[in-house]
Amino acid sequence: MLNIGGINQGIVIDHIKAGGAMKIYSYLNLENLDYTVAIIKNAKSNKMGKKDIIKIEGNLDNLDLDILGALDHQITINIIDNGVIVEKKNSSLPSKVTNVLKCKNPRCITSIEQGLPHIFKLTDREKGVYRCMYCEQAFDRK
Amino acid sequence: MKHIISPTDLSVSELNELLALSEEIIQDPKKYSEICHGKKLATLFYEPSTRTRLSFEAAMLNLGGSVLGFSSADSSSAAKGESVADTIRVISSYADICAIRHPKEGAPYVASTFSSIPVINAGDGGHNHPTQTFTDLLTIKNLKGRLDNLTVGFCGDLKFGRTVHSLINALARYTGIKFVLISPDELKIPTYLREETIEANNIPYEEVKNLEKALPDLDILYMTRVQKERFFNEEDYIRLKDTYILDADKMTYAKEDMLVLHPLPRVNEISVEVDNDPRAVYFKQAQFGVYVRMALIMKLLEVNEC
Repeated sequence: MLNIGGINQGIVIDHIKAGGAMKIYSYLNLENLDYTVAIIKNAKSNKMGKKDIIKIEGNLDNLDLDILGALDHQITINIIDNGVIVEKKNSSLPSKVTNVLKCKNPRCITSIEQGLPHIFKLTDREKGVYRCMYCEQAFDRK
Repeated sequence: MKHIISPTDLSVSELNELLALSEEIIQDPKKYSEICHGKKLATLFYEPSTRTRLSFEAAMLNLGGSVLGFSSADSSSAAKGESVADTIRVISSYADICAIRHPKEGAPYVASTFSSIPVINAGDGGHNHPTQTFTDLLTIKNLKGRLDNLTVGFCGDLKFGRTVHSLINALARYTGIKFVLISPDELKIPTYLREETIEANNIPYEEVKNLEKALPDLDILYMTRVQKERFFNEEDYIRLKDTYILDADKMTYAKEDMLVLHPLPRVNEISVEVDNDPRAVYFKQAQFGVYVRMALIMKLLEVNEC
């Protein structure tokens, strides 16, 4: 069993779909922020079989956690203060996200006009489906 | 100011008003022949189209207005790399209304967000083609007398056919509609359309492969062309293009008052021998397209009715 030290203040992003941690790491721009970060890949999970986890130590005012639901709607977030979980929440699904998801449809106008923001709107809250504002193609998380 | 990017940008009551105005124009086109005098329509066509562009231009000319524009990306500033956003901001100062066709999906939406004149989507890739849908609805309404309680068959390319997607979305808002979706497996309607429009609205439907078997139940048969330009792989196109050909023999299976619609152009999916069948209404449909575009231009320009 792999042991990663607990954190005193920060967050644990749990229930990330296995293999998805690096994408979240990248979207949160963690490579350019001065946090202590642990990425755990393929951890055992009763609910999901296996999952990824990201632990971030530090003051998280600079992090935009609202986008996490758009990236992976199964994610849960634990807020840690003084070494204990003070809040446990499911990720919310923002109704619209800008420049978080990228449209992969080769027929979309965003494929040729690089200056356009990539805007996605939530069209099915239950299934967490986001559609491109321009071509309406659903975002494929694969 | 209103833009028309998707067929559902008009509510059912606005749509009914549009169709009612179209039918008034059909009754007395001369009455409207000067109503847009002094107004200009810009047709921004980034990909080739004969009938849609000419239909828009004929509509504006029939209303006494003028037209300007370009008919391919090569002859526009797009060839120099200008963005849709920049083009529309400039065109906004030249014309009162514009119709835009673009091979990329969402381009008319982009135009609408930067435009100070009404923008009409005249077709964007495999996505939307609202004025074709309004044309189809006017054809059905005028010749059938109703838009509800109809069994509507769609045949051919239901995967890439934007006219099919748009008409399904539009008809889904009426009661008593049933869809029969006739296509090979490779060209079935997209899952999202089946789930989010048809199933979400509890509309009865069936997916079948055999046109002859489906024909006897249909009130409307909407034929489509398998479009070469939507395929990335030519082999697939060649394999699928001749799957369905409607001929006089197959028409014997259909009801006496069934209507055959087709957005045109046709290649060989409807045999020319069907053209003389009174149920073949695709050329009338093209005429209805001019009337409905006249009504739409009037509505968007908010010109006073006679």
